[in-house]
Amino acid sequence: MKNVRKMIAEGYGMDWWKQILGAFKEADVRQVAYVPDAGHASLIDACISDNDIRAIALTTEEEGVAVLAGAWLGGVRGALLMQSSGVGNCINMFSLAAACRFPLPLFVTMRGRWHEFNPWQCPMGQTANSQLNLAGVQTLTANSPEDVGPMTPATLDQAFTGGGMSALLLHQCLMPVKTFDK
Amino acid sequence: MREDRRSDSYPLRRRDVVKRISRADDDLLVIAGLGSTAWDITAAGDRDLNFPLWGAMGGAIPMGLGLALAQPARRVVVITGDGETLMGMGSFATVAMQAPQNLSICTFDNERYGETGMQSTHTSAKTDLAGVAAACGIPVVSVVRTEEELNAALPVILEAPGPVYHVTKVRAEKLDFVLPPKDGVHLKNRFRQALLGDEAIL
Repeated sequence: MKNVRKMIAEGYGMDWWKQILGAFKEADVRQVAYVPDAGHASLIDACISDNDIRAIALTTEEEGVAVLAGAWLGGVRGALLMQSSGVGNCINMFSLAAACRFPLPLFVTMRGRWHEFNPWQCPMGQTANSQLNLAGVQTLTANSPEDVGPMTPATLDQAFTGGGMSALLLHQCLMPVKTFDK
Repeated sequence: MREDRRSDSYPLRRRDVVKRISRADDDLLVIAGLGSTAWDITAAGDRDLNFPLWGAMGGAIPMGLGLALAQPARRVVVITGDGETLMGMGSFATVAMQAPQNLSICTFDNERYGETGMQSTHTSAKTDLAGVAAACGIPVVSVVRTEEELNAALPVILEAPGPVYHVTKVRAEKLDFVLPPKDGVHLKNRFRQALLGDEAIL
C-alpha cells in the first residue's frame, strides 16, 4: 500500500513529456502555444529552449486556437498545451478550426478526477472530454506513460493529415498529486 | 447629443481608410475581424490574401500573430473593430511578448457594436484601447482621428518595424454589406494557395 501511495504522490512516470517533444520535432511542429500547467512544465521548458520551436505564452487558451490557425495559413504547424480547465475557455473559438478545418492538435493535462485536492478543478476536469467531443474534437486518453508514445503522433496525424481537431488527454495519474503542502 | 454618440460625427470614414491600407495589387497578408471590418476589406477589393473572419470573435489579433510568426518576411495587417478588440485584449500582451516586427494591428473604432444594433462599446465611455496596447508593451502605438494623422500613420502601418498598433477613430455609420465568401475551407485554401503555392492545398 505504501508503494501505491508513493506512486500516486509522485506520478506514474516523469519522462513521458519527452515522447511529446520528440513527436513534435518529428512532425515539424514549429509553434507551441500554451497556458501553463504543472503537468506540462517540463515540456514547456523544453519548447522554450528548443531553437526550432517558437513557444508562445497565452493569456487564455482560446488565443491559442487562433494563433495556430494563423500559423497554418502561413504554412507552419503548431500545437496547443493546456490543462482541462482551459477547454472551457476555448469552446467558441473552436468554431474557427471547425468551420475552416484548421488542424488543431491539443495536449490537455487533466485535473479533477484523481486524488484532486481542489474541488474547483472538478467541473471542467470531469466534463472536458465530453465538451471536446461535443465541440467536434476527437479525443484519446493516455492512462499510463506507455500510452503517450503512440498516442502523441496519432493525435498530430489526426490533426495534420486528417485535417481536424484532435486532443490527447493526459490522465492526472501521470502527474504528481498536488497537495498544497497539506 | 448623447455623450456616447459622438462618433456619429467623426471625420474619418472606414471604407475610405481601408482602401488607403490595402489594395487589390499589394502583397499584404490581411486578417479581418468579424462584422464590419470583414465587409470593409471586401469593399476594398476581395483578394486571396484576405482572411475575413465570420465568427471567432476575439480571434483576429492572435490569428495575425500566428501568421506573422510563420511568415516573418511578409507584412501582416490585422484590421478589426473595437468590439472584437475588446473581447481579446489579452492578446496585446501575447503579441508584445513575441514582438513580431512584421505585424501591424489596426482597430477601426466607431465606438459601437455595428452588427447588433449600434450599441455603444466601452470605448465610447472610458476605455482607451491604445493605452491598453501600450501598457501591454506594444512598442509603437498611436490614435488616428484626422486625414493628416492618417497620412502620417500609413507608412507606419505598412512598413515600420513592429509590432505596431493604430486605433483609427471612424464615423459610426451603417453601410452596405459587401460580403466575402463565407465558406471557411475555401477562404483557408485560397489564402494558402496564393501564399504557399499549389502544393499547400494538395
